[in-house]
Amino acid sequence: MTERVINWFKYASPQTFYPLAGRLIPWFWALAALFGAAGLTIGFLLAPTDAQQGEGYRIIFLHVPASWLSMFIYLVMAFWAGIGLAFNIRLSGMMASALAPTGALFAFLSLWTGALWGKPMWGTWWVWDARLTSELILLFLYIGFIALQAAIDDPRRADKAGAILALVGVVNIPIIYFSVKWWNTLHQGASVSLTKAPSMAAMMLWGMLLCALGCWMYSIAIALMRVRTIMLERERHTDWVRSLLDDKG
Amino acid sequence: MHWNSFGEFLAMGDHGLYVWGSLVVMALLLVVEPMLLLRGRRTLVTRLKRQFRAERAELENRRSTPAPQRVSTPHRSQV
Repeated sequence: MTERVINWFKYASPQTFYPLAGRLIPWFWALAALFGAAGLTIGFLLAPTDAQQGEGYRIIFLHVPASWLSMFIYLVMAFWAGIGLAFNIRLSGMMASALAPTGALFAFLSLWTGALWGKPMWGTWWVWDARLTSELILLFLYIGFIALQAAIDDPRRADKAGAILALVGVVNIPIIYFSVKWWNTLHQGASVSLTKAPSMAAMMLWGMLLCALGCWMYSIAIALMRVRTIMLERERHTDWVRSLLDDKG
Repeated sequence: MHWNSFGEFLAMGDHGLYVWGSLVVMALLLVVEPMLLLRGRRTLVTRLKRQFRAERAELENRRSTPAPQRVSTPHRSQV
């Protein structure tokens, strides 16, 4: 019997990761479309009316996935940035850079859908409470990370500076998550948590989870697409990029 | 199906503006992002291919026609 050992470190080199990412991207797009379509069908066509908020509550199927992803992408980005800083792996820095714009997009969408939800329910688009303010800070952290990296010409140094910013900013994530518990906020508490049963109908919960899964798969697909472009750009002086693009004319 | 009519679905219980304003903007941005990414990638690939082609052509040109004046005083890049 032969034992197959997968050498994961093999994929830490851009040269081997590039084609692997290329093969994975269509699958993640398909999953994103599948989960997204299922989640939106349940959320917008099948789920019942909310007793308190009427039909306006359906923004939850967009707002919660966008907010979750904005926080989750930040954690993943900071993780890769930290790995890159500690072990000096080229691919890690590229992954962090590839995630930042999509994280910023979801942070913006979280604020946008939140404003459109706040207006009919609270009577205001915006309020400076802990949850909303810390999410705004998250958007600024993403923008700061992107701007800082763009301002430094040497990619290695840009990675290091960005990594330090990303790691310091991690402290904001638990602040966002627990803000509704720690402070008196206008924002409602968590509808779903790891410790207790969800405070919503099963149909609503499934719609929300499927939409979140769709956004998750979207993020993976888009991050893999962006990291491939970053690889070509940064590794353009290497033989593998040259042979990849030059032979095809 | 939760809705009785398409009009009711569009109205979203008088919250149509907010619900559709959220959905349309989110859908739009999630479509625009990959499109921008693909365009950026195409631009980069075109640029790199042109650069590699030019470099290869220059290299072949230099090999096939050795310039006599370069023999005595080689260019810095050839050393």
